[in-house]
Amino acid sequence: MNAAYLYSLIAVVLLGLLAYAGVAVAGLEGLFGIFIPYVALIVFVAGFANRIIGWGKTPVPFRIPTTSGQQKSLPWVKHDKFDSPYNTIGVIGRMALEILLFRSLFKNSRVGFSDAGGYQKIYYKWVVWLWLFAILFHYAFLVTIVRHLRFFAEPVPFFVEMLAKVDGMMQVGAPGMYLSGVVLLGMAMLLLVRRIVLPKVKYISMAADYFPLLLIIGIAATGILMRHFAKVDVAAVKELTMGLATFRPAIPEGDISALFYVHMFFVSLLVAYIPFSKLMHMGGVFLSPTRNLPNNSRAVRHVNPWNYPVKTHTYEEYEDDFREKMKEAGLPVEKE
Amino acid sequence: MYDKGKIVTGLVIFFVILAFPFWYNRGASSPAPELELTDKAKQAEKCIEETAFMTKEHMQLLNQWRDAVARDGYRIYVSEDGDEYVASLTDTCMDCHSNKADFCDRCHDYVSVSPYCWDCHTYPEENN
Ligand code: HEC
Ligand code: HEC
Ligand code: HEC
Ligand code: HEM
Repeated sequence: MNAAYLYSLIAVVLLGLLAYAGVAVAGLEGLFGIFIPYVALIVFVAGFANRIIGWGKTPVPFRIPTTSGQQKSLPWVKHDKFDSPYNTIGVIGRMALEILLFRSLFKNSRVGFSDAGGYQKIYYKWVVWLWLFAILFHYAFLVTIVRHLRFFAEPVPFFVEMLAKVDGMMQVGAPGMYLSGVVLLGMAMLLLVRRIVLPKVKYISMAADYFPLLLIIGIAATGILMRHFAKVDVAAVKELTMGLATFRPAIPEGDISALFYVHMFFVSLLVAYIPFSKLMHMGGVFLSPTRNLPNNSRAVRHVNPWNYPVKTHTYEEYEDDFREKMKEAGLPVEKE
Repeated sequence: MYDKGKIVTGLVIFFVILAFPFWYNRGASSPAPELELTDKAKQAEKCIEETAFMTKEHMQLLNQWRDAVARDGYRIYVSEDGDEYVASLTDTCMDCHSNKADFCDRCHDYVSVSPYCWDCHTYPEENN
């Protein structure tokens, strides 16, 4: 298990070299710049829909929302709307807080032993770091992707330009550094270091945890390299990407280095990998029954959808069968 | 499938957003813009460095110039070919490329960069 991150690292490095050599040595621009990206997109869409529909078909036998607040009950008991939602509005509020602010991760706590006071005792402590790294990571990722729309839209929409201005407000160097790119790389590194350094997290980490992180680090690193250190002809890149977006794929003449194709290959891998990996949590979070069910089982009867149709014989039916005999025996009956 | 309406709607919305580049561009081709050279540039025939270098690294050259001038006081830049240039955005680059709108801007608009340099630096009025 300890070697899991080494395997992932070797896999990512080899895949990067593959794309680099494929373009620089074998001249396979068309394969890495056109064919693989389109295939990756198709795999993503089909795989994503398949996973979501698969989850949609899975019955949820019980109400299983995780609650961390007072359920709605009697009018004088204060109800916690977001931690134990009762209706759709409450669920929407809870989901929005979860998806936009990672609220449950915010409650992350650490358990351990302390010797304070001269004797050993257990403690539970609120720890903000994982939440902080994670939320910075996800928002940097989102901002980077939205900014990248400049390669896929002509004319470039105003919100992309505005975002780029805000993101580049530090005005460091030329071309200006984007905060989101640096934050993305930094946070992905921290999330990786966390899995390698902390023994408990390392113990439960597998290759499938390290691989996506390393792939994202690879994407961010090649992107930053391209922007600041090993320059590419960005206008030529846009010609290529616009060709993809308008279904007239072609490899432009300009000077696009093999490094760009490594970036593109990593992105294609990531996109195609999403439906088969833990990265599916981007769709899964919406379908989590522990989050998206209202906690109303005292008010509404929920029938287990996979219940076998059991043959029942109710008391009323029993009485119908035996009413006369019961009366004769002097037993009380509900209906005369 | 349970909650079919909600799940399928969500999925469709996601795919429509994802397909933004496809419906936004409506398949209209958009090649890189043609750049125009001024007469002066045409006469000079070459830029300060190789064209391929300029296309990719002109921003870094300018950054280098800025630091050399503002921090170290060196105003002369010697190119790979041994030619000497005054390290100045307005007096050198914009002297040859005095048609900012048809040269710098055309390319910058295409790739969506808007250098903030013009907040302070000036460029020649369009005259050709
Ligand atoms: C062939 C296209 C092209 C032409 C022509 C061009 N540029 Fe650029 N320029 C770019 C690209 C692309 C970038 C952004 C670099 C990147 O994203 O890696 C850029 C960035 C810059 C930047 C840095 C902007 C920032 O703050 O990030 C400056 C300054 C700049 N260009 C100045 C000029 C000037 C002055 C001219 C005209 C003399 C010019 N450029 C002509 C393509 C071009
Ligand atoms: C002596 C005149 C001259 C000066 C000064 C000059 N250029 Fe150029 N520049 C040219 C010429 C001529 C070309 C076209 C070369 C070619 O087509 O091969 C060119 C090409 C370029 C290109 C590449 C355009 C493309 O087709 O991709 C860029 C970018 C550029 N110049 C920016 C600058 C910047 C920035 C400066 C100042 C640092 C500058 N130039 C100074 C004459 C000049
Ligand atoms: C806040 C105003 C301001 C902004 C914005 C600005 N500069 Fe300057 N720049 C100056 C000043 C002041 C000098 C010093 C002028 C001198 O000593 O001749 C200078 C000098 C320079 C020089 C060398 C001298 C010359 O004549 O050009 C270069 C090159 C330069 N800047 C490039 C840039 C570039 C590229 C950008 C945009 C990425 C930029 N500057 C943005 C104020 C600014
Ligand atoms: C097929 C899709 C993509 C293409 C064609 C592409 C292309 C590029 C190019 C050409 C650059 C250099 C930009 C410049 O010099 O100004 C770049 C930078 C970068 N890319 Fe990508 N990219 C893609 C997808 C992604 C994705 C999915 C990510 C991850 C979120 C990413 C992360 C980055 C980062 C962090 C940079 C550094 C500069 C910046 O922040 O803009 N890229 N990309």
